[in-house]
Amino acid sequence: MPLDVVLRGIFSALFAASVLRISTPVILPALGGLISDLAGSINIALEGTMLVSAFTGVVVSAYTQSVWLGLLAGILAGVALSALLAFFHLSMNTNIILAGIALNIMATGGTIFLLYILTGDKGNSSSLASGAVPVINIPLLKDIPFFGTVLSGHSIFTYLAFLLTWLVSVFLYKTRLGVHLRAVGENPEAAASLGINVKKVRAIALLLSGFLASLGGLNLSMAYLNIFQRDMTSGRGFIALAAIYLGGRKPLGTLIAAIIFGLADALGNQLGSLKIPSQLVQMIPYVATIVALVVYALRTQAQVRERMHKFQQREAEIAAKASGD
Amino acid sequence: MAALIEMREIVKIYPNGVVANDGVNFSVDRGEIHALVGENGAGKSTLMKILYGMERPTGGEILLDGQPVHFHSSNDAIAAGVGMVHQNFMLVPSFTVAENIVLGQEPLRNGLLDQAEALRVTRELSQQYGLRVEPEAVVDSINVGMRQRVEILKTLYRGAQVLILDEPTAVLTPQETQELFAAVRKLVDQGKTVIFITHKLREVKEISNRVTVMRSGKVMGVVQTEDATRESLARMMVGRDVFLQVNKPPVTRGKKVLEVHNLSYVSETGRTMLHNVSFNVYGGEVLGIAGVEGNGQTELAETLSGLRPAATGTASVNGKAILNTNPRTVRLSGVAHIPEDRLTNGLALTASIDENLIVDRYFRPPFHRGLFIDYKVVEKQSADLIQEYGIRTPNGKLPVKSLSGGNMQKVIVAREFTSDPALLIAAQPTRGIDVGATEFVRDQLVKQRTDGKAVLLISADLSEVMSLSDRIIVMYEGEITGVFPDAASVSEEELGLYMLGIKRQTKEEMEAVL
Ligand SMILES: Nc1ncnc2c1ncn2[C@@H]1O[C@H](COP(=O)(O)OP(=O)(O)O)[C@@H](O)[C@H]1O
Ligand SMILES: [Mg+2]
Repeated sequence: MPLDVVLRGIFSALFAASVLRISTPVILPALGGLISDLAGSINIALEGTMLVSAFTGVVVSAYTQSVWLGLLAGILAGVALSALLAFFHLSMNTNIILAGIALNIMATGGTIFLLYILTGDKGNSSSLASGAVPVINIPLLKDIPFFGTVLSGHSIFTYLAFLLTWLVSVFLYKTRLGVHLRAVGENPEAAASLGINVKKVRAIALLLSGFLASLGGLNLSMAYLNIFQRDMTSGRGFIALAAIYLGGRKPLGTLIAAIIFGLADALGNQLGSLKIPSQLVQMIPYVATIVALVVYALRTQAQVRERMHKFQQREAEIAAKASGD
Repeated sequence: MAALIEMREIVKIYPNGVVANDGVNFSVDRGEIHALVGENGAGKSTLMKILYGMERPTGGEILLDGQPVHFHSSNDAIAAGVGMVHQNFMLVPSFTVAENIVLGQEPLRNGLLDQAEALRVTRELSQQYGLRVEPEAVVDSINVGMRQRVEILKTLYRGAQVLILDEPTAVLTPQETQELFAAVRKLVDQGKTVIFITHKLREVKEISNRVTVMRSGKVMGVVQTEDATRESLARMMVGRDVFLQVNKPPVTRGKKVLEVHNLSYVSETGRTMLHNVSFNVYGGEVLGIAGVEGNGQTELAETLSGLRPAATGTASVNGKAILNTNPRTVRLSGVAHIPEDRLTNGLALTASIDENLIVDRYFRPPFHRGLFIDYKVVEKQSADLIQEYGIRTPNGKLPVKSLSGGNMQKVIVAREFTSDPALLIAAQPTRGIDVGATEFVRDQLVKQRTDGKAVLLISADLSEVMSLSDRIIVMYEGEITGVFPDAASVSEEELGLYMLGIKRQTKEEMEAVL
């Protein structure tokens, strides 16, 4: 496909809509990760949680022929996995990073194993008739040119992602539990001395992060696609972690960072139609993540140097003036 | 009348086997200011944490107003009207003063936090008890004195009738201490009861009605304050006569060792933490730096020892430039450093005592030959140092973290003093260690100076700075605001005025004596 067609594709309403669609499965786990990170228990297992939920949702919806039961089961599975992480970390005092890595590996292997048992296929669930979450067409809005295309016709998850960004923000800054959660993350001893139960707050934070990650996973297998594929999260749980830090550990910042990753991913999809090896194109979101983190670190360092430089200049001027007198 | 609080036969054995309280009886009457004194490690904080429900006693009982109580968490103690201000502050740095005060019991409106109400309550309490705070300031940006007032307000907000203040004056200037005392008296006037922990006996005499003295987990006596003298209390505390006076033979000042000129440091967030600091340290003297913590002392020690980059200025040791190099270069130039934070910068906690004693020299002969470290030599040196510095441990193979605070500090001191430095930077060298170890470290510092070394002493303990130093510099907000060429002839109150920024010398005055 010639370049100009690709470019026209990028500057279109459909492309903008696809950015939102692609960002959704990063925004949701990122919000979850943000909550547990602020509570001082970083959830490395977002990736595995998404995978388990994506799988459970597909299987349960196929066997019950109910999308809603599938969703419910997917959410429960994700929360259960987080409960396991909370148990390892908070009750058994294991290192949360190691426990998280273990759960991720277990999720990858476990979903493939169960998929094989249920379908005889190690690759995907195409033999199962699983359900899909309906898309929502917003009346009136959908008829407005451009905006209609961009904003209407997404799955529930996409709207939920934006709504939840706001809800998480209210939760963290305006509710008692949210304030306790941030206090626990910043100074657990102080929180404990005021009678706040640090472990309980962290457990809740991990469960919430599991809930949000499970929505991200279900979004992948029951909206974005309608099947489960092995490793279908392909690193989104980790990109979500990066988004938290790039977003300055704030809900809105995290949302924006996640959308930027969505943009990189969508761009990759468009360029995929050019004559570039597809492997290179597939690298784009991950390279974008690394580049973004490096740029972020360099910028922080540059700011420090800049501040020192300004200080030196100011001092030199003062010294020059003094000797001029 | 029954005592308000009665703790009977309290025993506390920590999981690591330390017997912190050994059959302690402690009682407090309503409306009194009761001082609890004892050396570091005597078990005062432990006893109070038990009263506050933070630690569970291994044995014994607690009566409140004659009724037995069982506190399972601080919540229970708070509900019973007991509040505690901890030795190390328990604040959330990024929260505002008001947010910290209401944390845990936030006022709500329609299920959401009511910030306006939090501010209002904070202002009201602050007025009622005469504890000045800025309700909307972020805790990170307020000074130590105000942080402490926030801590006290926190307990009052929770309806505390009994306030436990754990070494509240350790971090305050003499003037701030007076302000605190005034607030404590006001609290008692309004019907509160205060337990005041300290090991400064002068404060005991000044503020308390009654004193309980503890030593190694036991109560050594309870006396009315007016019946006690500082000497009698000190004897009870330590179990022998103490001479906290340091024996400092006169020496003539040697040649200039450290020369610092216009040193400035800008923090990563852009704050100027050190501004045009200039001074010299000569051989055979202790130059003491006094100041409220957080006025640039940490940054000064760390830029000089190569841990932080300086923004401007120069510093040299025996003519060799040391700024903006790295710790090894600085050390090889003849600088030894006892860091303020010994757990992160002074020791590798999981490494052995042997290894910690050679971290600054393992790469040189005789410790290093060919590709490998010669452990025979290492063990020999270590055995000698453990003996010479009285480090209490069965052997040098144990990890440093198994030692007590005082013995950890002795490991650092042993390493730093035997590196044959020209300049010794000692930051908070006796913080949190027992009286025995404190005496030892102070004697060693003076000995180094008497042997002709240059010593730069940074300490938040004003009496330490005054008793060890030959000259004193006061730092305030990153600048030198006063220079006192004769440490013996300046009073604590005078230094306090400089530490608070109320007085400052002019540049000319300082240059004249530097
Ligand atoms: N959490 C703890 N675990 C183990 N030992 C402790 C703990 N807290 C204090 N200790 C030990 O108990 C003893 C008493 O300490 P502490 O009550 O803090 O004394 P003080 O407040 O009088 O200085 C010390 O030997 C100290 O090392
Ligand atoms: Mg204590």
